[in-house]
This record gives sequence, C-alpha cells and structure tokens, in this order.
Amino acid sequence: MLSPLIQALEAVGTYFLLLRRTFTGLLHWRLYYQLWTQEFLIIGRDSIFLVAIIAFFVGAVTTVQTAYQLVSPFIPKSTIGAIVSTSSILELAPTITSLVLAGRIGSNIASQIGSMRVSEQIDALEVMGINSATYLILPKLLAGLLAFPTLVIYSCLISHLGGISAGAFTGAVNPTQFGIGARSFFEEFQIVFMLIKAVTFGFIITTVSAYQGYYVRGGALEVGAASTKAVVISSLLILIADYVLAQLLL
Amino acid sequence: MSELRIQNIQKRFGRQEVLKDISFTFEPARVNMIIGPSGCGKTVLLKCMVGLIKPDAGEVYYGSTNFYKTKPEQRQELLKNLGMLFQSSALFDSMTVGENVAFPMRIFTKSSENEIRDRVAYCLERVGLQGVEAKYPAQLSGGMKRRVGLARAIVLNPKYLFCDEPNSGLDPLTARRIDELIQQLTEDFHTTTIVVTHDMRSVQILGDRILFLYDGEPVWKGTRQQLEETSPEEFPPQLRAFLQASGLYV
Repeated sequence: MLSPLIQALEAVGTYFLLLRRTFTGLLHWRLYYQLWTQEFLIIGRDSIFLVAIIAFFVGAVTTVQTAYQLVSPFIPKSTIGAIVSTSSILELAPTITSLVLAGRIGSNIASQIGSMRVSEQIDALEVMGINSATYLILPKLLAGLLAFPTLVIYSCLISHLGGISAGAFTGAVNPTQFGIGARSFFEEFQIVFMLIKAVTFGFIITTVSAYQGYYVRGGALEVGAASTKAVVISSLLILIADYVLAQLLL
Repeated sequence: MSELRIQNIQKRFGRQEVLKDISFTFEPARVNMIIGPSGCGKTVLLKCMVGLIKPDAGEVYYGSTNFYKTKPEQRQELLKNLGMLFQSSALFDSMTVGENVAFPMRIFTKSSENEIRDRVAYCLERVGLQGVEAKYPAQLSGGMKRRVGLARAIVLNPKYLFCDEPNSGLDPLTARRIDELIQQLTEDFHTTTIVVTHDMRSVQILGDRILFLYDGEPVWKGTRQQLEETSPEEFPPQLRAFLQASGLYV
C-alpha cells in the first residue's frame, strides 16, 4: 500500500538531487554557451511555426465563441476584444503554448537523453570526468528559460492577430473595436504574470523531461515510455502550477 | 607507471550479491583480463573501478590514490588519465567521428585547432582508420565504431585503458583485429589495460594477467602462461568447465 507513495517520494528526491547536480561542476563557459545556443535554436526557432498555427487558431476560435455568447445589444462589441485579449495574455498564450511544447520539446529532451543513457554515452561522459547532468541538462534548462517566454510573447501576439482576423472575417467585431476593448482592460501586471507562467512552465518541461530521460534503464522500449511519461507528467504539473500561480498572484 | 589495485570490493543489487570480496593487483603497462561467464559480475567490477557504480565496500587504488576517498577535484584529475572503450562504443551520435575523438581534448586541453586536428588524425591512423573524420557514427560498421571508440580513449594519452567486451558482436576476423590493436596500443602507450571479456580467443592474444570470476567471486588468478601450461585437473571446477565450454586450452 505504501510502496507507490514511497516510490513517488523517492522520485521527487532524485529529481531534486539531479537539479542540484545540474548546477555543480561547471566546465568553461564557452562550452556551455555553444550548447546553449544549439538548444535555444531547437527549442525556440524550431517551434515558431507550430506555435504560430496554434496561437492563431486559438485566438480566432476564442473570438468566434465569445461573439456567439455575447448576443445582448447592451454589451458593446469591444467587450469581445477585451475578453479575447485578457484570456490570451493570462491563460491561452502561456498555458496552451506550454502544453503543446511539453509534447514537442519534452518528448525530444527525454528521448535524446534517454537514448544517450541506454547507449552508454552518459557513462562515457562520466568516465571522462565530465558531470553529465551539467553538460546535458543545464544548456537545455537555460535555453528553455529564455525560449519559453519568447515563444509565449510571440504566441500572445499571434493569438491577438487570430482574434482580430476572425472578428473581421465573421463581422463579429471590427479591428478598431477589438483594439479598444483589448486596451480598456489591459494592465501591465498581466504581462508580468504571463512571463512568470512561461518561465515556470519552461522550467517544469525541461527539468522533468531531462529527469525522465536521465534515469532510463533498459532499451528503446523504455526510452519511448520515458518520453511519454515526460509529456504526461510535465502537462499535469503545468496545469497544477497554472492553478497555483493564478491563486497566488491574481 | 602507477599500480592499479582493488581491495575487498563488494557490491549488492537488492538481495543479489554481485561482487563478493574481490581483491586484485593489475600489472602495470600490460593487458590484464577479467574473464568469466555472462552475469558473473565482470562489467560491474569494471564500472566500480572507473566510478560508474559505487561499490558497497572495498577500495580502488590508482597508485597511492584511493579513488573513492579522494576529493572530487582530484578524482576529476584522475579520470583524465583513464580511457574507456565501451561495449556499445558509446560514440556521441550528434558528433562526427572527428568531433568524437577530439571531444576530450576540447574539454580538457587548451590545444589549438591545428593541434587537435593533428592528434585526431594520429589517433585514427593508429587504429587503422583514415579519412573518416567527417562521417557520423551511424555511417560506420560495428568494428569501425569500436576502433573510433579506442581512438577517443587514447586521445589524451591515458595511463589506464579499460575495455568492456571490446569484441562482442563482431565477426572473428574483426574481433581479432581489435584484440591486436589493444595489445599494440598497450605496448606503444605503456597503458595499464584492463579488458573484460568472456571470449577465450581474446585471452590467447591479450591476457598477460588474468582474473577469473564466477558468480561474483574471484575463483582463479594467474597468467596466460599458467593457463596454458597448467593441467586442467588443477584448475577450480568452474574455470575447468568454462574452458571446456570455450573449447580452448583443455
């Protein structure tokens, strides 16, 4: 009965020990800078198209559905812009983008590190005297901490664009009304909140996925399982962190 | 040349006792072999010696340095004197052959690009591979991967060379070539070489000093000459059975 609980606690402990190891035994910064640049391109540049498509349609659908619900002639059309804009900044851009990236980036990180584990590449690093956790995880983590906020800001802008386009296309709200609405409820803290979320989610995805890959035992089958587990656990933790942050900061 | 010595090594995984009080002194600048049937603990012992698995009890001495009781910085220095050839070669998939061999130099030395290029070419030439620097590990055969692994292991002129099942999964001719290469490199670089294998043909080529393990216990220690000249009846029954099964020496 206690066994799954003990296993879970053990996993949490191992995760934090791995995190501590990630920040120790750094080699020269030039090496990490190169790795960080590569990882930033993988996480950031390679996700731009996917994020744009998703953000555009999320913005468009939110506009259409909000317009569908606001049927009263007493509610100004600009309210649609206000709702879509606030939802995009506070929830849709950071959370939906991160959930999508948990699938794309999380599985990539877990399978990459997992493959290195089962093919003894991580052992090779350790025998050379290189801290494999720092070498493999730190550049991904730092790249994630910068790439996620960047992608979320980008996603937020595209989502607004999607909302404006859908509003104009369906005649639900014209771009001027949308803009007036978006500005009327805007507060600078919303952007800060969005960025806090993005950094938190980026941290969760990179570290949880790296943990899943780093401790794989077995072969290709186990690497696949770790990759799936990384996505599932990251997504779950994102949703929990989403709620906790909203409760604490709003 | 510093002596390599293990003392009372014990290791247990759960309830299974994998290594039972193993002590042995490896002959400097020679090929030392750890032999025994599959699952007898050979690879675990090798991993205990290089720090990949921490033994539950016992010491590993490189010269006068106690590997597990030395400071992390000193241990890292010590690891620079170790080269290891893994069973799976453990080449980094994302790097070319040239980058793989150059990797330890880039991390641990301040050599110029020209020096690195020359050293990589020299090491690859020593293992009989020229002009493959630009290829990726996936483009190489199993035997070629092992040779690249050897080139990477010797690039920093190690004092100790560890080989885990260096010819497993290779055809007899390639396997023999790898064995001869290990012998040659040991003589030329004066490394203390430790080879783990269950292949008695390798023992015929390489074994200067031999440790036979059975079920985690050191059952027989001696030289190749002793192995060849001793009457089979004088061997422990486990070694006799092993030799009979391999069809050599008996």
